Formats: sequence, structure tokens, C-alpha cells
Amino acid sequence: MIQHFPAIQVALPLISAAVIVVVRRPVACHLIATGVAWLSAVVAWTLLQTVLATGPISYELGGWAPPWGIEYRIDALNAFVLFLVSGISALVFPFAERSVAAEVDESKHHLFYACMLLCMTGMLGITITGDAFNIFVFLEITSLSSYALIAMGRDRRALSASFNYLVMGTLGGTAILIGVGLLLMQTGTLNIADLQVRLVGAHETSKTVLVALAFLTVGSSLKIALFPLHAWLPNAYAHAPSAVTALIAATSTKVSVYVLMRFIYTVFGAALVFEVFQLQRVLLPLALIGMFVGSLVAIYQTNVKRMLAYSSLAQIGYMVLGISMVNESGLAGAIVHMFNHAVIKGGLFMVMAAVVLRMGSADISAMRGLAKRMPLTYLGFVVGGLGLIGVPLTAGFVSKWYLVLGAIQNDMWLVVAMIMMSSLLAVIYVWRIVEVGFFEEPDADAPVVQEAPLSMLIPTWIMLGASIFFGVCTDTSAGVALEAARQLLGAP
Amino acid sequence: MNIDVGLFNYWVVVFLMVAGLYTVISRGHLIKKIIGLNIFQVSVFMLYITMGKVSGATAPIFSETATAYSNPLNSVLILTAIVVGVATTAVGLALAVRIQEAYGTLEETEIIEMDGGE
Repeated sequence: MIQHFPAIQVALPLISAAVIVVVRRPVACHLIATGVAWLSAVVAWTLLQTVLATGPISYELGGWAPPWGIEYRIDALNAFVLFLVSGISALVFPFAERSVAAEVDESKHHLFYACMLLCMTGMLGITITGDAFNIFVFLEITSLSSYALIAMGRDRRALSASFNYLVMGTLGGTAILIGVGLLLMQTGTLNIADLQVRLVGAHETSKTVLVALAFLTVGSSLKIALFPLHAWLPNAYAHAPSAVTALIAATSTKVSVYVLMRFIYTVFGAALVFEVFQLQRVLLPLALIGMFVGSLVAIYQTNVKRMLAYSSLAQIGYMVLGISMVNESGLAGAIVHMFNHAVIKGGLFMVMAAVVLRMGSADISAMRGLAKRMPLTYLGFVVGGLGLIGVPLTAGFVSKWYLVLGAIQNDMWLVVAMIMMSSLLAVIYVWRIVEVGFFEEPDADAPVVQEAPLSMLIPTWIMLGASIFFGVCTDTSAGVALEAARQLLGAP
Repeated sequence: MNIDVGLFNYWVVVFLMVAGLYTVISRGHLIKKIIGLNIFQVSVFMLYITMGKVSGATAPIFSETATAYSNPLNSVLILTAIVVGVATTAVGLALAVRIQEAYGTLEETEIIEMDGGE
């Protein structure tokens, strides 16, 4: 049984999505989806422990030996991302029920949960697979279900946001397809481990490798929403149903960051990408600009969901920054920030889902004086906000610590200063929300609301509790990230 | 400039790719954007199929007389990519229908105006 866990990880949510469409009863659908998400988290946890104990797992799908058959290959990095995706889903699914009941028409609930499971299937598939073409297929499964989910938002702007995402997402996905095609042309293989071997020295005789790298980088940057390819992200996050935002903001961009890492470090190899092709000359400035533009624009937003979306843009900058540092600390910083930011931003969007449920709006004016009426929810925003800033003892601090260490190792003192400054910008936009909630009186005509229901509060606080836990017990998440970074850089 | 006839397919691929991308970027009408996306995707299908062709070889169907076969892997991959393309077009058109219902127009500039310039 346990040796088939890699296949079960992907097949379970995929099959359950089909079952849910047949079942149709909202309550039953929600129960199935939640149960599947929990099982997935257990499977991912088992895989992570196995990988850490005994080294990478290779699973031959259908018994066809790689490189001819499709291989699922799990090392420390993707076991970590698998656990991230399924762990976040396991918290978002039970949380979603009340929020979805308020925001999505009841006749669509079964389709909603089916799309959520498909989205999760796609992300798990991208992460687990050892086959480059498979990455494209699962990427499109994730994207297509996300378009449908975003379009279920109440506002008509959700439709135009979803359409924009569809155009940009398809361009990104197709660019990845072109990149994979060029790699196939050069090497005749699609298996990632096989590609790694066959690409050694290939760039000396052929330009194809360089062009493939260019397409793959642009394609995954579109999916990551790296500045300046981020235009689809703010509206998609702001107008999607709140539970959807919590899921995709926490996981989908992180999985794309993983894809970029996998292509750069495993397929092409750090030496080729950064020493021969000098990719850091593009990635590093864009990451830094993204950090500042995201934070600066976030300060001026009046819709809090949009504000958090722009803040995500800045946080993505940190991750790409870590990728382009090419040393163990920087890369570990990027990996652990994927995890930490997913937990923090997931928690914050869950808080916003509770606010939207009670107030019917994510506008900053709706949050006036809300700290007195929804103290536990609002305290959640403060904890998550501290994590975003990167205050010590929160998860955000750990990742910035490793990023700063990585920058110091490369003697990039300007970058160190910029990481600090952009964290200060985060103080401004988080403080605006804190100020409005704690120190202003509610509008006279504002509805008198109660605390969020327990089914939302408990998952939110588990998520935010985790952001504190991984800030204090750093050897857990950061330990795995360091191990993953060592494996990516090819050190013994 | 000397255009190699052997690379004819690749020239078509590049032309379609750029034409599709240009349509997506330059046209404000949402249906035209979807058409542009389709052209862009089709160019990639051609790229894959072309690179799988082995000169002098036949289609990869077993026969007594054939000595060489073209690579069937590319065609199989593109079968999957075509399905993805069809699904994307379907979702895109469905969204366009709902946008037409909600906004009464499919022109991007008018939609942005109605949303207050976001």
C-alpha cells in the first residue's frame, strides 16, 4: 500500500472530484472534499517522512520504467511542497463551508467543490511528477479549474478578472509547452532526471537550450506573477470567492515558484543557468522591483483583499530573490518562504473571508472598529500581519533571516538593505488595517456583527498558530528547506 | 536572405506564433483575443509535430515494407495539448458569454471603464 502513495496522492482528489459532481448534495460534497483533503495531507506527510529518512522515491506509473514511462520522483523539495499544498487544503476545505454558502449559489456548490479538488489535483501533480510534459498538463488542470473558481465570485468584476487570468495563464502555460518542446527537440527525452544528464554540454553546440530556458522562465514567471507579469493577480485575488482566494493565494503561485526552481536547478543546473547564461541579471532586478512596487501599491489600496494581493506580489519578489542568489542560504530562504508565506497569507485571506462573511465587504471602511466586535478574527489579522512584516518569533522572520544570510554570503549589501526597507513598507500597510480596527469607531450605519463562526475561526487560528510555530521551532520547516536546497545545489 | 526549404514548417510556426501573440495583445475584443490564443497554441502543435518527422520515414504504423518511422511520441503529446486547447477555448467562450450578459459588451476598454478603471 505505502509504495503506491505517490499515485494515490494525485489520483485520490482527481477521482473524488468526479464523485462529487455525481453526488450533488452540498453537505455531502463538502464532507467528501474535506475528508479527501485530510487524507491527502496524511499521505503527503508520510511521503515527506519517508523521503527525509531514506532519500528520494522513484515511482513508475503503470510499471513502465523511466525514461520511457512517466516517473513520479519525490525528493526533499517536492515532498515539502506536496505537504504544503495538501496541508493548506486540509485547513481551507473545512473552513470553506460557511463562506461558500454565503458567496456561491447553492445550485453550484457541488461544482465548486469539484473544481477545488481539481485545482488541488493539478498542484499536487505538478509537484510530484518527474516528467516535464506532465508538468504542463497538470499546470493546465490547475489553471482551468482556477478560472472557473474565480469566475464564481459574486461581483461581475470576477468575470473580467478570470478572463484576464485565462489569457495570461494560457500564454504562460503555452510558453512552458514551447520550452518543454525545445528540450525534447534537443535531447529526445521528457524525463527530468534524464534531461539533466543529457543537457550537460549541449549548450556549447546549440542555441536551443538557451531558447528553451528563456521560454520556460517567462512561462513560469507569468504563472508566478513575477513583476512585470503580475497584471492578472490583484483582480483575480480580490474578486474570487473568499475561500478560493485563501486556497490559490496560499498555494498556486508557490507551486509555480517550485516549477521555476525545478527547471533552473534540476533540469538546466545552476552552473549553466547562472554562470553561462547569467539569468540572475534578469531575475534579481525584477525580484527587487517587485518587492517595492508590490508593497508601495499595497499601501494605497482601499480593498483589503486587493491590498493583500499586492503584498503577495512583494513576497513573490523575496522568493525569486532567493532563487537568484545561488547559494544554500538564499535558496533555503526561498524554499522556506514559499512555505511560510503560504501559511501567513492563507491565514490572512481566511481572516478576510470571515470579515466578508459578516460585513459583506472587504473594503477598509467595513473594518472600522471591527476589533471590538470580532476580536478573535481581528487578532488573527494582527498575528498574520506581524508574520508578513517578518517580526522575530514569526515564520516571516525565519525566511527573511535566511535571505539576508544568503545576500551577505554573496556580498550583496545593497540587497540586504532593500530586504529591510521593503519589510518596513509592510509595516505601513499592515498598520493601516490595525489602526482602522482598533482605534476607530464603527460607522453609525454599520451592521452590528458577531464573532466569526467556529468552523472558520478554528482553521484560521490553526493556520496562524502554525505561522508562530514555524517561527519558534525553526529546525522543522527551515531544516527541511536547507536539506532541499542542498539537494538542489547538488552538494552531497 | 536564403530561406532553407527544409525549415519551411518552422517559418510557418514562427509566423503563426507571433501573429497569435500580436492578436492577443493588440485586439480589445474578447472573442478576438480567444482566436489569437488559439492561433498561438496551434503554432506550438505544429512545432511539436514537425520536430517528430524523420525524413524519408512513414507514419508510425507498423508495416512490412517500412524501414523507418517518424517519432509517434510528439503526436501523442500534442493530442493531449489539443485537448487542453479545446478546454481553454471552451472556458474562455463561456466566460465571454457571461461577460456579455453582465456588462452588455465584449470590448475590453468599455469593460475597464465600467469597472472604474481598475
